Amino acid sequence: MGCGVTKTSEFNRRYDKDGNAIPAAITIKAAVLIQRWYRQYAARMEMRRRYTWNIFQSMEYADLQDQIKLYNFLGYLMDNFTRSSSERKLISHIFRENEVCRDAEWERYFSYTNIDVPDIYCGPRLTFPLDMDQVADLVEAFKNKQQLHSRYVLQLLLETWKLLRVLPNINRVSTCHSKEITICGDLHGQLEDLLLIFYKNGMPSLEKPYVFNGDFVDRGKDSMEILLILFAFLLVYPGNVYLNRGNHEDHIINLRYGFTKEVLSKYKLHGKRILKLLQKIFSWLPLVTVIDQRVLIVHGGVSDTTDLALIARVDRHRYVSALRPPKKKTPSRINVYANSELYHEMINCKNTTGSLTFPKPFGARESFQRRSLQDFSSTMARALEGEFEVRRRQAEFSLSSFSKSHNILSTTLSPDSEPDSSQFTDTSNDEWKQILDLLWSDPMSQDGCIPNEVRGGGCYWGPDVTEDFLNRHNLQLIIRSHECKQDGYEFCHNRKVLTLFSASNYYEVGSNRGAFIRLGPDLVPYFVQYRATSMTRGLSFPQNVKRTEHTALKALRELLFVHKSDLLSAFQEIDKENTGLICLNDWGGAIERVLHLDLPWQVLHPQIVSSTKDGKLNYQGWFHDLALKKPRSEHIEQTMLETLYRHRSTLETIFRIVDTDNSGFITFEDFRQTLKLLSAYLKMEISDEVINELVISTDTNNDGSIDIDEFMEAFRLVDKSRLERGKSLLKLKQDCQSLPLETETPQTADSTAPQMSQCLTSQTADSPASNTADNACSQTANLAASHTEDNPASQTEDLCHISVVVKPQ
Amino acid sequence: MADKYSADTIITETQKRISNAFDVFDHESNKTVDVREIGTIIRSLGCFPSEADLHDIIAELEEEEPTGFVRYEKFLPTMTKILLERKFRPITEDLLLQAFEVLDQQKKGHLEPEELTKYLTQEGEPFTQEEMDEMLSAAVDPDKNVILYKDFVSMMTFDDTR
Repeated sequence: MGCGVTKTSEFNRRYDKDGNAIPAAITIKAAVLIQRWYRQYAARMEMRRRYTWNIFQSMEYADLQDQIKLYNFLGYLMDNFTRSSSERKLISHIFRENEVCRDAEWERYFSYTNIDVPDIYCGPRLTFPLDMDQVADLVEAFKNKQQLHSRYVLQLLLETWKLLRVLPNINRVSTCHSKEITICGDLHGQLEDLLLIFYKNGMPSLEKPYVFNGDFVDRGKDSMEILLILFAFLLVYPGNVYLNRGNHEDHIINLRYGFTKEVLSKYKLHGKRILKLLQKIFSWLPLVTVIDQRVLIVHGGVSDTTDLALIARVDRHRYVSALRPPKKKTPSRINVYANSELYHEMINCKNTTGSLTFPKPFGARESFQRRSLQDFSSTMARALEGEFEVRRRQAEFSLSSFSKSHNILSTTLSPDSEPDSSQFTDTSNDEWKQILDLLWSDPMSQDGCIPNEVRGGGCYWGPDVTEDFLNRHNLQLIIRSHECKQDGYEFCHNRKVLTLFSASNYYEVGSNRGAFIRLGPDLVPYFVQYRATSMTRGLSFPQNVKRTEHTALKALRELLFVHKSDLLSAFQEIDKENTGLICLNDWGGAIERVLHLDLPWQVLHPQIVSSTKDGKLNYQGWFHDLALKKPRSEHIEQTMLETLYRHRSTLETIFRIVDTDNSGFITFEDFRQTLKLLSAYLKMEISDEVINELVISTDTNNDGSIDIDEFMEAFRLVDKSRLERGKSLLKLKQDCQSLPLETETPQTADSTAPQMSQCLTSQTADSPASNTADNACSQTANLAASHTEDNPASQTEDLCHISVVVKPQ
Repeated sequence: MADKYSADTIITETQKRISNAFDVFDHESNKTVDVREIGTIIRSLGCFPSEADLHDIIAELEEEEPTGFVRYEKFLPTMTKILLERKFRPITEDLLLQAFEVLDQQKKGHLEPEELTKYLTQEGEPFTQEEMDEMLSAAVDPDKNVILYKDFVSMMTFDDTR
């Protein structure tokens, strides 16, 4: 046999006497090669998966900061406007204690008996008391995307409320009878995950007790259905289903994170009452669960002052929202002047921010200043009192009991409270802080206990605090949730703290698994991990990774673009010779400084930078590529839009607060006032003209009110690649006129020419034909729009779809 | 002078890359990574070591008393050397295709999942079941239930991150 020199000559084969190929050296070599190559590929995928996860976590961190911005803004409003001013009235209603009513009156308000259920309704028709069959039907109905009629919703919620009112603060569960207890973490409105858990583990029953550890609602789209299922099971098996309150079981948080919106859109007629009832129900949810007196299950965590005995005694229903301090029935205050030492400490600590040098145990926590939820509410309370009171209270501020001062402040909320010099006692603000700690805290790896400045409430607690807490209460394990984990669960603090998270694909499809655990009498957790797969079905592992990565990068690009002005300044500072180029190292460094996001920029850069020359990047060009749209006008508008965009979630929440009747609409005047306030707070120049334009452009029904959702739609950035694929609303607007660009100075009142000529397009690439924009152009003959993309002379780099519709006189 | 500058820049850029990749796996932000992640980090930086190669590297990196963690100070010089010397070069598309062709002894133009599984989980540096499942999920044509390796190789070697 000749040996032809071919490409594959090295891969000769040998055969045994039966003619079977035996694994020759070359086969092994081939296998090794493939394995070596594939492992490299898998490692690259893993790297991408990891940094995608980092991006999501960083963005969530930044998102939480938004919450603090919100509180600060609200605090600013309360501080700077008098009680009677219209600005304050915009939002102060949300902080007013519920009108004092007896429960019977509330039951009348929540009455469902006059709600008729039409014949065509084919969803479940519940009869009370509920039984297991009905609950199973309910689950089935939701699986089939049906919606429960509001009559039954109210009825179910009322029954739930009645039951919760007799439950203790601390659920006590036992694993006797060799029962295994199933424990689930955050669900966040992801019905699929709950159904998956039931599928894998069976539904709650007498033999199968369940504990649900809070955060049932917000973010996901089926929060209502999850609540209804959980409450239904609670009603049928009150001794076998245990619910803990999470930080998202809070009506003000719900305004920001989507639950309020979901309820109002699913229940247009009765949504408001449902929300009100839920507000009460949330406040009546138990706070923690203890298993066999050995294992604590709580949503957030603990602090160095957490005391279960105290927790057991509180009137938990008085703590309606993290943002509303409680009213105390019996006023009491401390006489600080008698204790000059305290007085001096108080004076010193007033101006310091969270420092760790204060004496324990109340040290650092107590000096948690402006940015905390606790402090915010004290600020708010102060503002409500008036100047004189402020000074008096400040004088009474005690270092060793910051929380006690809350009580002092809150007493003045009740009009007939009289200050007296009674002895110092445990106050409701102490209790409130205890509850905040339970619902908001996160573990950290260092020892100690410091304020949780990321979330604005609760604390970060260390392994030493865990050790101490477990010893003091004779417990052996803390099971908590509150934080998303890639594998659904994670141990820390020497396996004494377990984080359990049950919402899979939380950030994006493929981002993480969910998990639940079973706990038998041996109290050793048995884990089950899963991932809801309806969206990932058919996607291979690499496709999964890429898809998740795409979402993360999109969010990141958005973030980069809205900080363009700051980034540009940073780049220009480095590029002193104005070459327009910057090396990657400097690029990464600048971004890190401006965005405060700790991400591996070197690893990421190929994904967000399309090309470099000699290791240098043309940063103006980069912005151009990143960008979506940019308003054609001056710098100031760019910055204003960037700012508005950056604060859009705060803005949206404020709108929803301002919308007192939860209709989804706010008046012109309120909208205008809100924008003005926000701009003053941000020290941004937003001229009246610009605000007017925004107002006009968003009132597409011309009825003097603005649809909040529609307005917020305008803030969604468009993916440039999609734009280039031609899915642009502008191209659909055949019937709109074009106006030439104008960027002159504002004209006088009697001028007919518009000051700005940009087109309102309030849609995203996802929805090619948005009603608003169509209405804007077709309904009102006077409105005209200019097509930025059609005009070759313009710089077509609009940041977002906020543009302004011209209204020629 | 220009050469030295660019040589220094290359080293700096290289080290920055290494640092970034290391940070992704540094969960406690204390400049250490779990030793089991070293392989992933090295590979993600563009190298194609075999498992045997990795064992050697890790042996070099581990402390006298293995803690299960690798410190950045130790990792950096080793990794810099690997990158600058271009050790563990990439496997070309051609070579990879040849390897698949070798396994396709009957010259069918495709491989059965069971065939490939047998080779890759029994020969060479065997895959774990998980690795095999992952590869199959990307490699198997869902309609024909075989591995069209030519297409697979083309698809996988197209690096869409660059």
